[in-house]
Order: sequence, then structure tokens, then C-alpha cells
Amino acid sequence: MTRAFLALVARDLRLAARVGGSGALGLVFFLMIVTIVPFALGPDLNLLARIGPAVLWLSAVLATLIGLDRLFQADEEDGSLDLLRQSPLPLELVVLAKAVAHWLTTGLPLALASPLFGLLVALTPPGMAAMVATLLVGTPALTFIGATGAALTSGIRRGGLILAILVVPLMVPTLIFGVSAANAALGGTVPFATPFLILAALSLAAAVIGTAGAAAALRWGE
Amino acid sequence: MRIAVENLACRRSGRLVFEGLSFALDEGQALVVTGRNGAGKSSLLGILAGQLRPDAGTVRADGIGERPLAEALHLVGHRDALKGALTAAENLAFARDLLGEEAATPGEALEAVGLAHAARLPVAYLSAGQRRRVALARLFVARRPLWLLDEPTAALDAAAQETLAGLMRTHLAGGGLIVAATHAALPIAGARELRIERTPHKGEGK
Repeated sequence: MTRAFLALVARDLRLAARVGGSGALGLVFFLMIVTIVPFALGPDLNLLARIGPAVLWLSAVLATLIGLDRLFQADEEDGSLDLLRQSPLPLELVVLAKAVAHWLTTGLPLALASPLFGLLVALTPPGMAAMVATLLVGTPALTFIGATGAALTSGIRRGGLILAILVVPLMVPTLIFGVSAANAALGGTVPFATPFLILAALSLAAAVIGTAGAAAALRWGE
Repeated sequence: MRIAVENLACRRSGRLVFEGLSFALDEGQALVVTGRNGAGKSSLLGILAGQLRPDAGTVRADGIGERPLAEALHLVGHRDALKGALTAAENLAFARDLLGEEAATPGEALEAVGLAHAARLPVAYLSAGQRRRVALARLFVARRPLWLLDEPTAALDAAAQETLAGLMRTHLAGGGLIVAATHAALPIAGARELRIERTPHKGEGK
């Protein structure tokens, strides 16, 4: 079963890396939004530094949505989902494997690239460290919440917009605590640990609920 | 293993496709399902594979232990479950790891369907017939007693159809079961035929 799980993760990583995969797409989209914000706001470095974490977190939420609609739809369309159902791997673990691969190609690169992109919004080095930490801990929640939406919309043509409408409201708590943890690291009255631990809890809860929810949605859609 | 289907009915989007379908299949037996377009051949295979829920009736499988029927079968259908960006060998290696009970290696399986030379080509570059042969090669990378084949000969040339017939005979001789939905006659001696007639609706002449 471990072997089937790892094979599925490896396949999705390989597909993301090949031509037409969504590998670098999220990262480019992330860069695009972060770059465009200073142009809109003007060269006020203090203002940029203050809203920097919020801009980076918003970009991360939007970048996660890129490619999410294809998470299960691509497998549904070409019959791969039928093949996955013939495997001894339970659907919950199928969802988990695909979510892990999605996070490794979306959330992880975003977190690792955030110090570099932080330069564009005048983040200080402690702010960059806080961004890496909060994105590393918080983006799994975005992926797992998104996976449930992707499973629900896998049978719908052009389900991308419906998917966004479904999952963005559910991502709001993650966004709130992600930004407040990053801001807390930069000073303020709230200790960093409080929002950060809630963010970690959100990711863990989303991993369980999102996996079970997406598997239920796939079963229901049979 | 043995499968027994009793009084099966299928309904798709509210329309009754077929009803009262019964058959049993033992080791080494093949069943050829025929019928008009839209008669429900693919739906029958979908129900056997556990993808569709029957409207009524039961599918019973004996001799496969604890595992569900879906884990004891191969389905090669219209949608070939191949990823165009991956090579033929990568697609088969994935199926082998995913399905468990490994049999042939991807290289050997491609050899069996006469595609050894295409192992390192991305599947997107292959022709329809070659893709179909890669999908059929999946039958050999994992050992599963029941083969569900939906139009297995579609897009295959005469030589490839001959090869496929030979491979199916070998599978049956080894105690396997085959249910094939097809329009073309399959060259398998002793295959039984099940003809699905479309259930007539109100206002339609028989």
C-alpha cells in the first residue's frame, strides 16, 4: 500500500514537471501579483512593509487556486480515476497522495520563494523568516481545503470558478491567522506563538477533514 | 474465481437502460456482450467494475478472498487512463506499483503487445492503435483474474487483433475470466454471447 501511495505521489510530481504540467505556474502567478502591488500603491516603503505579509498571503491563496481545478478533473477525464479505484489504496489515501504532491509543487515552492519576493514589498529579514514559517505551516490547509472543492467539482466542465467560490470562504480563517502570525513576528502586542499554533491546528484539521471530504465527494460522484 | 450476476438492472439519468440481466462465469470462460449502440454494454462493464451502482440485482464474486471485486479485475475501456506526458514504460510502471500483485515488467508487457520499441516515447506521440495497445499491456503488469474489455479491438490492426486473441486465450487457459463488450467477433473458441436488448419505452414500437 505504501508502494502504491509513493507511486501516485511520484507520478503527480513527474506530471507537474513535464511540459503542460502546473509545476512552475503557481510560482510565476505568485510573483506576478506580488510585483504588481507596489506599482499600484506607489513607492511608500513603510506602507509596503506594513501590508507586505498580507500581500504575500493573498498571493499565496490565489496561487494555490491555480491548477487546483485539474487536481481530480484530469484523472476523471482520462479514466485514471477508474484505475485508481481498482487499486487496493483506499480513496482517502489517493486524495492524500495527490494533495501531498500538489503541496510539494505549489505550497512548498511558495514558502521557499517568499523571502525573495518579500524584497519587492520591503520586508525586513525577521519578516521574511516569519513569512517562510507561516507559509510552510499554513499552505497545507489551503491545499487540503482546495482538494475537497476540487473533488466536488471534478465532474463539472469549467468548474474552476465554482471551485474558487466554494473554497475561498473556507480559506479565510487560514488567511487571517497566517497574516496575524506574520505580523506578530514583526512586533505588536500578540505573541507570535498564539496565531502560529492556531495556524498549525488549522492545517492539521484540514488534512483530516479535507482528505475524508474529498474521498466522500469522489465516492458520491461515481 | 466465479462471478454470478442476477437480475441486474441499470438506470442512467432516470432512463432504464436494461433490466433482468443474469449470467454466471467460471474460471476459463469468456463472455462476449453484444448489442446496439447505447444498449448498455459499457454500463454493464461499469457496474461489474464497481463504478456504477446497479438499479436492481446483485453481482456476486466468489474465490477472491476478502478483497472487493474492483481489486480483482482489470478494466480497459474507452478512456485509456494513460497520461500523455509520461512514456509508455512510465505509465505501465505506475500501474504496476498502484495495482499490486506484480506480474510482468513494463518492458515485458510492451513486448507482449508488440510495442517494445515505443517504451520510451511519451504516450501523447503514439497513434490511437498504439495507445490502445499500451492500455492492453496494463493487463500483464498486474495479475488479476477478471478482465473487463470494452471494444478491445477498436483501432487495432489485423496483426494486433491476432496478438490480442492469442493473449486472451492464454489468460483463459490460465483460469482467467473475460467479459468483453464488442461489435466485432472475437476469435475465442467457446465464448458465450450475451445480447443486451434495449428496454422499449412507452410510445416506442418494439
